[in-house]
Amino acid sequence: MADPKLPHLDTLSLHAGQQPDPTTGARAVPIFQSTSFVFRDTDHAAALFNMERTGHVYSRISNPTNAVLEERVAALEGGVGAIAVASGQAALHLAIATLMGAGSHIVASRALYGGSHNLLEYTLPRFGIETTFVNPRDLTGWRDAIRPNTKLLFGETLGNPGLDVLDVPAVAGVAHEHKLPLLVDSTFTTPYLMRPFDLGADLIYHSATKFLCGHGTAVAGLLVDGGTFDWEASGRFPELSEPYAGFHGMDFQEESTVAAFLLRARREGLRDFGACMSPTTAWIVLQGIETLPLRMQRHVDNTRKIVAFLKAHPAVAAVSYPELEEHPDHALAKRLLPNGCGAVFSFELRGGRAAGRRFIETLRLFSHLANVGDAKSLVIHPATTTHFRMDDAALAAAGIGPGTIRLSIGLEAPEDLIEDLAVGLHASQKA
Amino acid sequence: MELSVHNAKVFAYTGGKPLNAALPCVVFVHGGEGDHSVWGLQSRYLANHGCAVLALDLPGHGQSEGPPLESIERMADWLIEVLDAARVGRAQIVGHSMGALVALECAARNPDRIDRIALLGPAFPMRVAPELLEATRTDEARAQRMINIWSHSAYAHYPGSPAPGFWVHGVNLRLMQRQRPGVLPADFAACNDYRGGLAAAAKVRCPALLLIARRDRMTPGRAAQDLVKAINGSKVVEIDGSGHAVMTEKPDELLDALRGFLVAAPAPA
Repeated sequence: MADPKLPHLDTLSLHAGQQPDPTTGARAVPIFQSTSFVFRDTDHAAALFNMERTGHVYSRISNPTNAVLEERVAALEGGVGAIAVASGQAALHLAIATLMGAGSHIVASRALYGGSHNLLEYTLPRFGIETTFVNPRDLTGWRDAIRPNTKLLFGETLGNPGLDVLDVPAVAGVAHEHKLPLLVDSTFTTPYLMRPFDLGADLIYHSATKFLCGHGTAVAGLLVDGGTFDWEASGRFPELSEPYAGFHGMDFQEESTVAAFLLRARREGLRDFGACMSPTTAWIVLQGIETLPLRMQRHVDNTRKIVAFLKAHPAVAAVSYPELEEHPDHALAKRLLPNGCGAVFSFELRGGRAAGRRFIETLRLFSHLANVGDAKSLVIHPATTTHFRMDDAALAAAGIGPGTIRLSIGLEAPEDLIEDLAVGLHASQKA
Repeated sequence: MELSVHNAKVFAYTGGKPLNAALPCVVFVHGGEGDHSVWGLQSRYLANHGCAVLALDLPGHGQSEGPPLESIERMADWLIEVLDAARVGRAQIVGHSMGALVALECAARNPDRIDRIALLGPAFPMRVAPELLEATRTDEARAQRMINIWSHSAYAHYPGSPAPGFWVHGVNLRLMQRQRPGVLPADFAACNDYRGGLAAAAKVRCPALLLIARRDRMTPGRAAQDLVKAINGSKVVEIDGSGHAVMTEKPDELLDALRGFLVAAPAPA
């Protein structure tokens, strides 16, 4: 007897979450650009509000187009479900706000996207939530930072800015020793390169603005629940395991053995904080996901060629990419990211800030902007843009050099990208 | 709510409100390697529409203690012990798959306690393919993958999962994975070994509804035909577009069929 199997990732990218419209025959996912949905009668309305029947009420809480995207991403990640939100930052906030309140504590990798760092370091303390930042490679540091009021461990699968590879199985092990969940930002890897639930993570979020959408056309976020964490047994999450007066006295863990987190995140978080995704945005992200496997492979193939080119160039002092033997996480990357380490990386240009400025201003194909994960190749020089107020010492403390250049490699012909970089590198060294 | 039977904790979901034993009682019994949460929508609706609801975790499943029970007959007797513990005199039973066999056997043994039975995904004999049965003993992960795929009619639904945002395959697989080791082989062996189905069916005196999903590959409709004939006056409802996991694939259609069959207290004027 041949074992039945779920379809491959390539197939799920196209089919998960949607069947053709039985009324119109439309094959593509329709955009349900409607704020609200008609009740059949008063009993139907009451049943929808009280979670006795399935369906949509109001698009801040759920929407049919968004639901296709949510189900598709959950299928790609191997989770139980997902919630589409307005941005990656909204997804991070929704995860945190669902799990904790004032007096709580987070242990986070210090290799984080700047926006995430700002939220944890500066904004959340105003609301009584503190974070201890740790070296993501230091398991003892993770363990030692945990306090009685800790609610979450958090890191990026590939950290900023040095592409620190998060040892998801090991950090998840530390989290689970303490009956805590591990949340990972999987934006740079996408499920094509890593499925963190398979490695022990409990929650995943994406800035879908990047590779999931893939074309630089929508700001979007996805929060995915692996359905593995036992909130009741943890004893640290009364938000999920005790009756909640804010939603019909519901005990979410009792209501759903495997999806308590998602229930509360949707029924409270989307309802009260309101950072929902537009159905049109959901459709745009779905279009991107249809080609995710093809695009990610091309992103990685192009990146490998460009990394090799830069590594051999005399104007380049160093390249930071985990597939290189000199990267501190090389061995870990081979184990956790055998299909590639993504398409965002940085290199150190000889000549400091002035060289960086000349390099950026000479490029023609690479677009100088503050984003990653576009089909088009992108570049930024932190010392003259995002971090221009910092002196060299402050830059060094942030892991950034005066000549650090971050690239996001797109889908162009690699020869054209290399030609563009070669011209820029030549110009950068002219004093 | 938590009950105690033979000093072991029994968990029963009551639909989000306290059990009112004065109302007509509906007991939900899950299938193999499941728990009460498979009935989330239907049980919550009925609890808010004139019924006292006990959606149970069978012993060893979910939050109920003890080893899994080894036979359908033993589960049927345990059900009555639960009703006693909850001080519920009479009940209607809704059972899915293995739970349908439990409901059938319980009604046959206790005509004075059971008023109605709704059998969802029933079959007799409920034979398990030898390779799957062997996999439940030797490779649970492989068995779970087989069961999960065969339990659903499709990889996707229109215009998405009936419950927004959920990947139904993921939910079902994770629920099986969350059960304790040994539960799956015990449940499937109990189904496979049950021999009393037709004798029980002949003894059933209460109204019986058989709910058959037209795309069920675990317990296809033809496997229920002997029961349909053997239960005097049984009624059959077929559900389009669903596989074995009717509760998640066609939740509203299932609820509407149950509403048309079960007895509830009238709504307040």
